[in-house]
Amino acid sequence: MRKLIVAASVVLAMMAGVAHAQERNLRIAFDVPYEPFEYKDENGELTGFEVELAEAMCEEMNANCEFVIQAWDGMIPGLMARKFDLIMSSMSITPERAERVLFSEPYYNTPGGWFAREDFDTDVTDMEAMEGMTVGVQRGTTMDTYVTEEMGGVVSIKRYTTADDMVLDLEGQRLDVVFLDYPVGEQTVMSKDGFKEVGEQVKLGEGVGVAMRKRDEDLAKEVNAALATLKEDGTYDTIMDKYFAYDIKM
Amino acid sequence: MPDFIAELLNRNDIFTASTIMEYWGGMVTTVQLVFLSLILGLVLAVPLAIMRTSKNPLINGPVWFYTYLFRGTPLLIQLYIIYYGLAQIHGIQQTFWWDIFREAFYPALLAFTLNTAAYTAEIIRGAIVATPSGEIEAAKAYGMSWAMRMRRIILPSAARRAVQAYSNEVIFMLHSSAIASVVTLVDLTGAARNIYSRFYAPFDAFIFVALLYMALTFLLVFAFRKLENYLLQHQRPVSG
Repeated sequence: MRKLIVAASVVLAMMAGVAHAQERNLRIAFDVPYEPFEYKDENGELTGFEVELAEAMCEEMNANCEFVIQAWDGMIPGLMARKFDLIMSSMSITPERAERVLFSEPYYNTPGGWFAREDFDTDVTDMEAMEGMTVGVQRGTTMDTYVTEEMGGVVSIKRYTTADDMVLDLEGQRLDVVFLDYPVGEQTVMSKDGFKEVGEQVKLGEGVGVAMRKRDEDLAKEVNAALATLKEDGTYDTIMDKYFAYDIKM
Repeated sequence: MPDFIAELLNRNDIFTASTIMEYWGGMVTTVQLVFLSLILGLVLAVPLAIMRTSKNPLINGPVWFYTYLFRGTPLLIQLYIIYYGLAQIHGIQQTFWWDIFREAFYPALLAFTLNTAAYTAEIIRGAIVATPSGEIEAAKAYGMSWAMRMRRIILPSAARRAVQAYSNEVIFMLHSSAIASVVTLVDLTGAARNIYSRFYAPFDAFIFVALLYMALTFLLVFAFRKLENYLLQHQRPVSG
């Protein structure tokens, strides 16, 4: 009898092991802080819109997820080096990136916003008035591409690595106006006195998608299916309403 | 043109006319920045080095403090403080200084000049201190005044001793200038960063600028070898 129990428990343990192996392990990379998409709360816990969406997605896919912090510069190299399997860190879908990585369907899109000091009163769409102005953007963003393509020869473009450095130069009057991802601008520029939003928000690009290695096509199908479910069953809206007063759904 | 180069140029979208122009612009900025800061730094360093060898603490002390300050802190921090610090000075935006310091080039030039002047002053001071006392005594015996001794004996002899250490400083300065891109200046490194972020090809962009830096370094090494040959002619054995 005792032998039977031992044998049974061994078999059970093996079955559990098999079941466990079928549950897939996924590592997802974020670059923090990028409020309100991914950041650490006062307890040091990783949270934010994309983090919660990733959690919901993992549950939907029945996957065992581990979250990895990765600086932006090493994002795509890290994915290629298999340090993680998915990037969910506000990576906008662009043709250049799509050459290197496989994108899911977009899961959000935020507009670009113009911000300036309170005394600024030029129409940012009026190219004649903007002539000779200095515009700040974050290097390599869709905002950078937009300003470079639309206003290239007209304004002088300064490219920054961080939004904070850019705001400092806007404050110090080295820049006349900055063009930023709207939520980031709201967090960094508008949290200080003496600045305002100018002009219209601009819808840019194809939105933000989950980035994966090109060969992981099956994974991409699962991710797309999971995201589609979340968008339909209301989970997406619940998470979005928690972090945004406006619609970023795509 | 070898086939593999032709193929590389056709196949890639990174080395196009527009990116080559961006690299060229970056090269011009780097060369201007390094060249101007070295010239200005050297002009400042010679009198500072002479002051530094003075026995009067009122002359020696301030220069010691200056070289200690600029050699004791990283150039990156100096650049940040000068670039962002100048903009924080109350009311500077209304003065003519702002026409100069609004652009990133001049704060960077100021930081680099002050930094290289500090290092160069110490290099020259070391060379002055090492002047053989016999040479100075001989000059005194000829009745040369302090100024004439400096001009005819001490400085030329110090220059010969300093040139090797100074060539290192010049090369370090070229490589340190890579940090100029953190204050929005599009130097060689800045061009590489822009192109990297546009095409997501870090290796192509950075290896290419690394090669350009190496080419510039090679030119400097070559020029200094010529200069050393000229200055140290008297030390070479007379060939038969």
